[in-house]
Amino acid sequence: MAQHQITLTINGTERSLALDDPRVTLLDALRQHLDMTGTKKGCDHGQCGACTVMANGRRINSCLSLAVMHDGDTITTVEGLGEPENLSPLQAAFLHHDGFQCGYCTPGQLVSATAMIEEIKQNWPSVVSGDLEKVSLSDDEIRERMSGNLCRCAAYANIVDAIREAAKAEGVA
Amino acid sequence: MRDFVYDRADSADAAQTAAKEGARAIAGGTNLLDLMKHEVETPDRLIDVNRTGLDQIEEADGGLRIGALVRNADLAAEERVRRDWPLLSRAILAGASPQIRNRATTAGNLMQRTRCAYFYDLGSACNKRSPGSGCDALNGVNRMHAILGTSEHCIATYPGDMAVALVALDAEVEIAGANGKRTVPIAEFHRLPGDRPDRDNVLEDGEIILGVTLPKPTGGAQVYRKVRDRRSYAFALVSAAVDVTVEDGKITRAALTLGSVAAKPWRSNEADKVLVGSEPSRKAFENAADRLLQGAQGHGENDYKIGLARRTLVAALAEATGIDIAGDAA
Repeated sequence: MAQHQITLTINGTERSLALDDPRVTLLDALRQHLDMTGTKKGCDHGQCGACTVMANGRRINSCLSLAVMHDGDTITTVEGLGEPENLSPLQAAFLHHDGFQCGYCTPGQLVSATAMIEEIKQNWPSVVSGDLEKVSLSDDEIRERMSGNLCRCAAYANIVDAIREAAKAEGVA
Repeated sequence: MRDFVYDRADSADAAQTAAKEGARAIAGGTNLLDLMKHEVETPDRLIDVNRTGLDQIEEADGGLRIGALVRNADLAAEERVRRDWPLLSRAILAGASPQIRNRATTAGNLMQRTRCAYFYDLGSACNKRSPGSGCDALNGVNRMHAILGTSEHCIATYPGDMAVALVALDAEVEIAGANGKRTVPIAEFHRLPGDRPDRDNVLEDGEIILGVTLPKPTGGAQVYRKVRDRRSYAFALVSAAVDVTVEDGKITRAALTLGSVAAKPWRSNEADKVLVGSEPSRKAFENAADRLLQGAQGHGENDYKIGLARRTLVAALAEATGIDIAGDAA
């Protein structure tokens, strides 16, 4: 099989990867080839959001992308958000508000919400924005913007509380 | 997933050459890879078109030219689109999830395939997936299925939102093929099934989409209304896109399009004309909806869609024109 040599900058570190199969998704490249298991595989079909990572600053489903398509890209995974002794404000807010039960969806929730707060800072509208040209933070906005991340334990109420607190701490209102 | 050969194109010409040689274009991949995992799609060769530079939004004759690779999220957030074509922003934002919209592209969204469960299930008969095998949806679980433009071979819908808005906005699709470029009105891009439900659209073998052009805004009031099982991240049961201009109390221009009722966004000049010259009223809206839904037929579980489509369109028109329809006689 053809060799695919790709380079990814993951959480600030350049990683080279030789793939002998183009079918490897970005998710499987992270988990199986680079032993970065923070990013989770849930449905593997883009429905649950457990595999959410940022590619060049944008949140995407890593299960619905081929690793070879990301040659040269900058990837941020949950391992890049914070450390156990140095949590990101959002990670701390999830702890404070108990924004999980089993925890399996949490890495995806954290990466997704981190990117979501940036999207609001960039004034990106959502379908529930009354005014498309001036976006503000509300619980409805948080729920709509996080609809790509499922939590089968249904910790949604606490997830919304955590995201609201972290967003407000960053001056997003 | 079946194995395939992967190549990357660095220009639109290279992408078109690869397509001519039989390669399947992959952009965001959010629909294609999902279908490849199910082995509903089994391309031998993929050409990655993400680096062809077709990701620009440019002014064009008072309208916009939207490159094939413009991501859904970027198009919805584009300042001119938000201001002059809010219908397009709202339709895009009503679809999928933020993660998907960050990856999915303008051309890829037009190329997305139906969500018919029998199309996805390799054990079922499906003329769209496997021509000649039959259609298990006809007498099956068909509450999501089409009520207009169907055939005995297929009752699948085109599931997207963006194209419904583009049809109401009179957009055009720019296509490149071996014999040069051609432009197709978006309303003629998707095909009705007839006896070839495997062909979703008019793109010929070897052709690729270069972009979509929007004519200058009409200045009308634009509304996108989507009805679905869940409030977010769900495909439409029915959607309605309207762009209506009212002058001196009378409707002077109307564009009405229904989504998820057929294999293509559903619009008719006759239904648009029903409204022109009328004062905005519930009765006028219902007349237009009845004209647009002429010939609609359910297949059992989706019978409800005929009434739902009528009410959704009337509600969208009421919102666009500021008419209060609560309490009026039906």
